[in-house]
Amino acid sequence: MSESASVESRRRALRCLAFGGAGTLFALTGGVFTPIELAAAAAGADRSARLGKPLFVQISDTHIGFSKEANPDVAATLERSIELVNGLPEQPALIIHTGDITHLSKPAEFDLAQQLLKRLRTTELHTVPGEHDTTDATVSEYFNRFGQPSGNRGYYSFDHAGVHFVALVNVLQFKPGGLGTLGAEQLAWLGSDLRDRSDSTPIVVFAHMPMWSIYEPWGWGTADAPQLMALLRRFGSVTLLNGHIHQIVQKVEGNMTFHTARSTAYPQPPAGAAEGPGPLKVPAEQLSGMLGITSVAVRKHPRSLLLSDTSLA
Amino acid sequence: MATGSLLPGARAKAARAVMLALLATTLPGLANAQTPDATVVMARDFMFMPTSLTIKAGSTVTWTNEDEEPHTIVSDAGLFRSAAIDTNESFSFRFDKPGTYHYACSIHPRMVGTIIVQ
Repeated sequence: MSESASVESRRRALRCLAFGGAGTLFALTGGVFTPIELAAAAAGADRSARLGKPLFVQISDTHIGFSKEANPDVAATLERSIELVNGLPEQPALIIHTGDITHLSKPAEFDLAQQLLKRLRTTELHTVPGEHDTTDATVSEYFNRFGQPSGNRGYYSFDHAGVHFVALVNVLQFKPGGLGTLGAEQLAWLGSDLRDRSDSTPIVVFAHMPMWSIYEPWGWGTADAPQLMALLRRFGSVTLLNGHIHQIVQKVEGNMTFHTARSTAYPQPPAGAAEGPGPLKVPAEQLSGMLGITSVAVRKHPRSLLLSDTSLA
Repeated sequence: MATGSLLPGARAKAARAVMLALLATTLPGLANAQTPDATVVMARDFMFMPTSLTIKAGSTVTWTNEDEEPHTIVSDAGLFRSAAIDTNESFSFRFDKPGTYHYACSIHPRMVGTIIVQ
């Protein structure tokens, strides 16, 4: 294939990324966030108007530094994802990045990622590290750049529009042969963070690795998630967002909605469908449909029926 | 050793390592020889091969990544820790003291291995 043909097919793929069902959007209704297709929201002004103002957008697994066959230009697909966010009829109040900002924790990768993320019209950015962000020998590159809000612990909380946000780290205390771990110290911190909050406070928890067991042989879960659930169960609306597995998986359990975002970089195989959780190579025309972002909106009229026909790509 | 799930290449490599180990123990002249293959661990298909490697004190082990995903080599006891090892990159560590050293990949914690230093 000639280079120009390759460039052209990339352009076509990127156009598809911008317009072709790249992600999902959440609306808060009856206290429960529910995802709908983001592309549909962006395309239909009528529909997006009914969604209300987006509260935040989740970007995940940008893997800046990756350059292999599954996606030789992850900077370009992040740029298109950013354009998708910037093109929303109303801008979200904040952006959440659920980790694996970089591929190899290299300073130049972090620098490029930050440079690109600064193009977001929404400037408030909250992050958690992925395991790809903490592989440098001193585990300092991520924290030098993003450690301040948490006093370099990595986990922290904040409030916005009546929603309590909790950022958790489950990629640092890994157990050989096991899953991600939050650890006793972080769980104790969360216990005191949540203690005085009313049951009716909507809670959004975000971390890099899934906070429920999706596929343990590939480490797609968090070993001490049961202790986390014990702290969250009393709340009327809990939304747990993560990345890590580069595909959408969702579970609703009582008042808890678990949702895994797509990557903006490359897809991964479904659980158990390969030797391991590596990059999944797909035909160029399919790539854009497997990358994307997640957005969350607060509905002004929570009783609307709009959410009942929610679908996930 | 569970070789059932290994690819042919990995199995051949493992067999070669076993043969070298046998040669080393049966031929006095080779007992102290440094055989390059014997101190190389491959990360391939999300496994360390060989999973367990026995070396003499003072030997250097080199891990090479043949996967498209980066891997790391992190000692359970905190003795050594590599940065991310990308495809076809390597990491080396010299083991001076006899003992049993367990390690894992911090990106894929199911990937574990052991270095036995005699």
